[in-house]
Amino acid sequence: MRWQLLIERLRIPLMLFPSLAVLVVLFGGGMLFGVGQSFGYFPIIGLTDLTFQYYIDVLTDPNFFLSLWLTFRIAFISTFLSCVFAIGFAMVLRHQFRGSQLFTFIFQIPIPIPHLVAASGIVLLVTQSGVLSRISVELGLTQVPRDFPVMVFDRNGIAMILTYLWKEVPFIGIVVLAVLQGVGPQYEEIAQTLGANRWQRFRFVLLPLILPGVLSTSIIVFAYVFANYEIPLLLGVRHPTTLPVLAFENYQDPDLSLRPQAMAVSVILAVLAIGLLVTYKRLARLAVNR
Amino acid sequence: MQRFIRWFTIIFIVVAVLAPVIPQIVWSFSFRWFFPDLLPTSWSLDSWEYVFTDSSRVGESFLNSLYIALLSCFMSILVGLPASRAIALHEFPGKAVIEWVLMVPIIVPGLVSTLGIHQVFIRLGLTDSYIGVSLVHLIPCIPYFVLVMTSVFANYGTLLEDSARTLGANPWQVFWNVTFPGILPGMTVALMFTFLISWGQYVTTLLIGGGKIITLPMVLFPFISGVNYSNASAISLIFVAPAILVLVLTSRQLGKESSVMGGFGRL
Repeated sequence: MRWQLLIERLRIPLMLFPSLAVLVVLFGGGMLFGVGQSFGYFPIIGLTDLTFQYYIDVLTDPNFFLSLWLTFRIAFISTFLSCVFAIGFAMVLRHQFRGSQLFTFIFQIPIPIPHLVAASGIVLLVTQSGVLSRISVELGLTQVPRDFPVMVFDRNGIAMILTYLWKEVPFIGIVVLAVLQGVGPQYEEIAQTLGANRWQRFRFVLLPLILPGVLSTSIIVFAYVFANYEIPLLLGVRHPTTLPVLAFENYQDPDLSLRPQAMAVSVILAVLAIGLLVTYKRLARLAVNR
Repeated sequence: MQRFIRWFTIIFIVVAVLAPVIPQIVWSFSFRWFFPDLLPTSWSLDSWEYVFTDSSRVGESFLNSLYIALLSCFMSILVGLPASRAIALHEFPGKAVIEWVLMVPIIVPGLVSTLGIHQVFIRLGLTDSYIGVSLVHLIPCIPYFVLVMTSVFANYGTLLEDSARTLGANPWQVFWNVTFPGILPGMTVALMFTFLISWGQYVTTLLIGGGKIITLPMVLFPFISGVNYSNASAISLIFVAPAILVLVLTSRQLGKESSVMGGFGRL
């Protein structure tokens, strides 16, 4: 009898234990190790004195701020535009019309496609000798590849933003679409009867309903883009590069003494991401409740 | 007017989705495709032949990617299913904190942690091993799996299980005949996310696999940066094939059941 009681008591902790253990031990452990190294705890190469030196080194390097600005700008623009397009497309696809199921399926195609493949496709499309450039020659707008605007290996990161948009719009869109189709037309009809115009029906009826989903998915998207390594490595200029690439390059340097700096950059990246996302969530709550 | 906006948007979506895909298909069959031709002047199967040679390592890396992704899915079920159920159907102290901890990997950039894990794994001898790579892939998989499964369990409830129990079913029968078929459609979506997260990983595999375990993105990368578009496109298409298969298998759940994607609203 006592055993049964004990098992009953331990049931929930036992259910939670495996996943928490993986995350706390692996993710938390790795983090602790990395943070320790960023403060100069690196016994293998004989460093055990804690210091802020590596953070000072990083924060006094002008390259760091160039990289930070680039990283933030790309993440912000990609996330913002993804949300706008996703909501717009979902507003159209929520209706039942001829072929709507097929078009919804086509809309979802980018979701399972790996980012690298998306990047590869965008490169074929927008390089100066790519498909768009060829079409523009055909239309008589340009003559040689040089005439076409630079979009890959450019300082604005246009190819990167296009890659992220292609991948993330359907991801946010499908979450918004699920909400919109679940709601049905009743609320809007009521609002219409009460005299709400098209914009008011969107702003005061639909937007509050889809906002939680947009908020969560945009957080996921921003965090992903902010910390992504392979897309800027593939499509971006070498200088300035994004923070993850900067950190990883320092980490892979044969000179082990650069590792604490790499760790400092990644810790700053993580802290900034958390700070930005918490602020964003607060602001969004304020804006909604107003 | 509304019809016009609708069809303009639809055409835009279709063109935008297909625009990066179609050039890849054409490139993979092209031999000479000079500027400013809109189509190749000569075609060949060279890239596809290359892809199926041993020296390209595409076959080997495909199997590696598959093995690691399936291992990540298996481990996600093992650790994620009980946690999702506990969160969806039980109230307990500290629940909010635990939910938050389970979501941390999709919010906090994993770079610090991955670099840290790398050094710990070197000492534990887990680098260059399948299990090591899968364990690191598991970290971003858990939040998505739990997010989707929590709302699946919450939506499914316990009513049917209670009835089965009242009728005398033992715990195993309840799980196998009632719970499992009930959550299966939602779980395919959760597993789709898990599979695809692992399938697309690049930097974690590069680091933890130590160059010994080659996966598809690692074979693809040098061809894109080396401007060998024919080979890059052929490998891309192979890389995409299982992903598209997974989407076809799960798209019904993805579009229809709002409860499945609804999990993303609660983050």
